[in-house]
Amino acid sequence: MTAATTPAGRLLALGRAEATLLRRNRTAMFMALALPLVLVASMRSVLDAAAERTPGLDVNANLVVGSMGVVLLIVVYCNLTSAYTARRSDLVLKRLRTGEATDAEILLGTAVPSIGLALTQCLLLGVGGALLLDLPAPVNPLLLVAGLALSVALLTGLAALSSAVTKTVETAGITTLPLLLVAQLGSGLMLPLESLPDSVANVCRLLPTTPALQLLRIGWFGTDGSGPTEGFAGTWSQGATPLLMAALWTGVAAWAGHRWFRWEPRR
Amino acid sequence: MTDTSRPRPAVEARGLHRRYGPSGAAGFEAVRGLDLSVARGELFALLGTNGAGKTSTMEVLEGLAAPSAGEVRVLGLDPARERAALRPRIGIMLQEGGFPGELTVAETGRCWNGLTSDARAVDEALDLVGLLPRRTVRVKQLSGGERRRLDLAMALLGRPEVLFLDEPSTGLDPEARASVWRLIRELRAAGTTVLLTTHYLEEAEELADRLAIMHGGRVVAGGTVDEVLADHPARISFELPERSGPHASLDLPALPGADLRIDGRRITLRTTDLQGTLTELLGWAARHRVALGRLDARSASLEEAFLAIAASDAATLPQIGRAA
Repeated sequence: MTAATTPAGRLLALGRAEATLLRRNRTAMFMALALPLVLVASMRSVLDAAAERTPGLDVNANLVVGSMGVVLLIVVYCNLTSAYTARRSDLVLKRLRTGEATDAEILLGTAVPSIGLALTQCLLLGVGGALLLDLPAPVNPLLLVAGLALSVALLTGLAALSSAVTKTVETAGITTLPLLLVAQLGSGLMLPLESLPDSVANVCRLLPTTPALQLLRIGWFGTDGSGPTEGFAGTWSQGATPLLMAALWTGVAAWAGHRWFRWEPRR
Repeated sequence: MTDTSRPRPAVEARGLHRRYGPSGAAGFEAVRGLDLSVARGELFALLGTNGAGKTSTMEVLEGLAAPSAGEVRVLGLDPARERAALRPRIGIMLQEGGFPGELTVAETGRCWNGLTSDARAVDEALDLVGLLPRRTVRVKQLSGGERRRLDLAMALLGRPEVLFLDEPSTGLDPEARASVWRLIRELRAAGTTVLLTTHYLEEAEELADRLAIMHGGRVVAGGTVDEVLADHPARISFELPERSGPHASLDLPALPGADLRIDGRRITLRTTDLQGTLTELLGWAARHRVALGRLDARSASLEEAFLAIAASDAATLPQIGRAA
């Protein structure tokens, strides 16, 4: 006989079941493992071209942070939008709400494997990038970790929000497209912000997905490419605005995701 | 705070309304002022046609949806606002599954085991519903009846004090249904309060201590099976022989309290005093040497009561009771 459940225990139970489902979903596994590789490979040539136009562009920094951004977007955002939609249309979410798990635990527990997979990939990209590209050690690991945590929380909230307007798993590819495009073009994944005109770059820095990724860049390299390279102390002032913005966007996404999330299919 | 002289009901609803969509004509009110009380340890059946509002009611009682008006208490708690406190004490089986097809039966059990306080061992719960031999099978490969039984097993994991079962035996073959009924009776014998919905009348007749018949979002009849039937007449029907002619019914004796319907040679009587009416009728037939063809006399059945209620506001179907 087991005792009363705890939030951690419930998250573990949900996460374990969801991990099994993710492992058995070939489409999702292919998306999560192969697609980022393809995009990262194509990113290299895009960045090299941008570097020719923009003197002083840090190709390696853009490449590493951009790769992490792509992985987070695809593995957390796209994958979770599909997962939430699938669990809703199979009435799994409704059934889970008859149990002891709270609404937040159900959403988070479903996200655990995707988040775990994305963070593992980010770690591999970081370590692999550091070794292959001979990158320096991160200037401010705390900002780096904050950037990862906020990215994950933000994209989980956005996935919940996107799934609210996604009727079937098949249409998730369409409903996730707007944010994917905005993030790829406007958050420095495909077009480095420092290669854009300042006015455009400043607008891009207001987009939901930009500040959290900026934190990754500042945390690791001491600059987001728009100013001089700072030391540990200097990164805090440079990272303050993105940190605030990222937290704000994350709060908005969490609130909106919770507000508009649908627990069962429309009748 | 509570009145201790009298135990509080396990499930209580007063003036319950549930509305879908906007107010006015654009919305739809599925539950319209429902009152319900289920005592501790009681097995209560909620009957109704499709669309009567059974599932809409159950979802409010289960805390999955808030009522648009009215009050609900389950074990003295508000099921929507005090969900966290109530959940460990109740078990819920929805009308439709809700288990991922790609998990096996055992994996589903393991997940739910981790979501349930003081849970039974997974294999013990599966054994209760006879699913132990299927533990390594993926849910998507189970038959409809097996899925219902898995659903029931998950609802029983936490040894609930109150069990909500929305159409528990729909899709089961007769053997599985008999074993589910046996299991539900055992649970009730062990003190579990059970609230189930069904549109199988025999299920309510077999299992329920008390029942309520829902129609158009309201409870229109309720009580024990006998109480519900007491309001509905017994039925006698027969055919008069050919030679008596179309007006033979005029010769029928006075049958106080009986309602007579004539359809050619076929006579249908509805009466609240089956024995008395039948005695009069058979005496008359013997005295006049009339052979009553296809004579049939039966007490009110839940099915007749149910159909009569379902037809009660459908003026276009005044004859439906006879079809039962």
